[in-house]
Amino acid sequence: MTPGNDGPGTHDPGVWRMEDTGQVPVEPTAAHPVVRPPVIEVADVWKTYRSGTLRVDALRGVTFTIDAGEYVAVMGPSGSGKSTLMHILGCLDVPSSGRYRLAGDDVSTMSEEELAHVRNKRIGFVFQQFNLLSSLSAWRNVELPLLYAGIERTERRRRALDALDRVGLGDRVDHRPGELSGGQQQRVAVARALVTDPDLILADEPTGNLDSVSARDVMTLIDELHASGRTIVLITHDAEVADAADRSVRILDGQLVDPALAGGLAG
Amino acid sequence: MNLLETFRTGLDAVLSHRLRSTLTVVGIMIGITAVILTVGLGEGAQQQVGSEITALGSNLLTVTPGSTTSTSGVRGGFGSASTLTVGDAAALTSKVVAPDIRSVAPADSESESLVAGTTNWTTTVVGTDPTWLTVRGRSMTEGRFIVAHDLATRAPVVVLGATTAQELFGFRDPVGQTVDVDGVPMSVIGVLNSVGSSSSSSTVADPDDQAVVPLTTAAALLFGGTTRNTVSQILIQATSSGALSAAYQEADAELLNLHGITSSTAADFTITSEQEVLSTATSVDRTLTVLLGGIAGISLLVGGIGVMNIMLVSVTERIREIGLRKALGATPRVIRRQFLVEASVLGTVGGLLGAALGVIGAEVLPHFISDPITVSPVAAVGAIVVAIVIGIVFGVYPASRAAKLPPIDALRSE
Repeated sequence: MTPGNDGPGTHDPGVWRMEDTGQVPVEPTAAHPVVRPPVIEVADVWKTYRSGTLRVDALRGVTFTIDAGEYVAVMGPSGSGKSTLMHILGCLDVPSSGRYRLAGDDVSTMSEEELAHVRNKRIGFVFQQFNLLSSLSAWRNVELPLLYAGIERTERRRRALDALDRVGLGDRVDHRPGELSGGQQQRVAVARALVTDPDLILADEPTGNLDSVSARDVMTLIDELHASGRTIVLITHDAEVADAADRSVRILDGQLVDPALAGGLAG
Repeated sequence: MNLLETFRTGLDAVLSHRLRSTLTVVGIMIGITAVILTVGLGEGAQQQVGSEITALGSNLLTVTPGSTTSTSGVRGGFGSASTLTVGDAAALTSKVVAPDIRSVAPADSESESLVAGTTNWTTTVVGTDPTWLTVRGRSMTEGRFIVAHDLATRAPVVVLGATTAQELFGFRDPVGQTVDVDGVPMSVIGVLNSVGSSSSSSTVADPDDQAVVPLTTAAALLFGGTTRNTVSQILIQATSSGALSAAYQEADAELLNLHGITSSTAADFTITSEQEVLSTATSVDRTLTVLLGGIAGISLLVGGIGVMNIMLVSVTERIREIGLRKALGATPRVIRRQFLVEASVLGTVGGLLGAALGVIGAEVLPHFISDPITVSPVAAVGAIVVAIVIGIVFGVYPASRAAKLPPIDALRSE
């Protein structure tokens, strides 16, 4: 196997070191985007919440790397810090200390404005509560990130309809969230996450509010996205859901349980 | 994200929350309408008084016998006879003595009974000279006024006020008819124009209900009295309203001189201006305007607090939306702008609707109430500006705070 192959079980934190792929510039292929840095590089990230005199360390020195095209599940019981981690990965919150590089750029030093652009262009979110705007139709929800990216209206509509088509809702574009089932709403959310063609799709308990049939639909959809080469980080406490991922990272009390084993768990 | 898109997003939000937007707009609208109508009512009253002052002649002085002092009230001259004479009036017409006086009309009046056929009507009969018409600022609707010849010949002629003519002759043409004034038959030579009844000043008799005869005729045939040349009033018209106080000084000095009085506190006459009479009424109306303005201001404030409440609640319940929009890449500036557009649209629509309703109300309401309403552009524009400012301050301030929250805190909030 060539280093960087997407096959399950072959992921190793060291895979993208330049010396392993020194000859690639001569013969680059789409499947081996060798010059791309890891999508996520987290080094010794701490997150501390203070409430009066109370001090809670939600994250205590988390370090890991996720490569382009990987499908990683972050697992942990509630209160373990996995949501905090997800928020930091999604640039929705900033670490108290430590460094976080997203697609090669250090986001821990970015201004709020820059973070907004990073969220807009590089990250697609799928939330447990769907988080659709109830007053807007499906396609208007999907076009929102493109709106903030400054894309022109007809182009926005075209891409939003494309994305809805991909999640199988091509015939529901003008429905409002209230007129869609939970599974359909989450698929609209998935369409919204992929419409900007982001580096990373972050899914936070995407099946948490869904019945098993809808949950399977959404998981299939995420599998398809992964198969088409997207990097996916899935946060869940459900081992069955986590099984779909290439590998799982366990988090407990704000620390990765065994970072060294993280790569091996997926096999 | 360009301005057009920002505007569209804000407008979408306004339109998609119909009930909330409607309530906000109605709240602002009622406040603005209240302000425009109440201020308009006050201004209307003030303007009515102003036009009455103009109608009465703002450059008019009236000399009456007897003095008014702060300690003893009205004091008569020697005996009961009037101290003012036709001679006094004649002296005041001198351009040398009184350059600021344009014309002078002596007048003597008494209440007399007028009989036309079987109709009986009691009114004020004024004996005066031809200048009375211009001094009083009146005109004729029919016939002619007294001329110098009538005065010289003591002609038995009478000019009627509009109401008097109506009462005596109904719809018949009074000119050429004969009226018995205190038993003396006189022929009607004209009818005065109607100036409408003066409601704000009870000290001025109804100018439409009177009969005017030549002063000499009145003295010889009607009023009698100890001397035939005394008058109860001398009306003085200054050259302009600005020259009123100069005319006052000149008349005062000349009359003191003629009457041989050295101290103005011992004067046996009093000079008043119509302005003095009406200034009290004006100041009352001004107080009314201030009062109404205050009420309007309070209603605007109450409306503003209502709007503030709706805005605050709406922003609070939309913190999740703000968080989501931020998660999808909206910068705080874009969020602030969206809410700025929303608040301005609501404020502007409410303000304009309120102004329109106020203007319509100002047109329609006077048909149901007797008071005129004058729409003040300053009040209207001011109220609209206040409405927009209220919307912006209370809509954008909380939104701006929400826009600064880390997106995850906003997303998590319930």
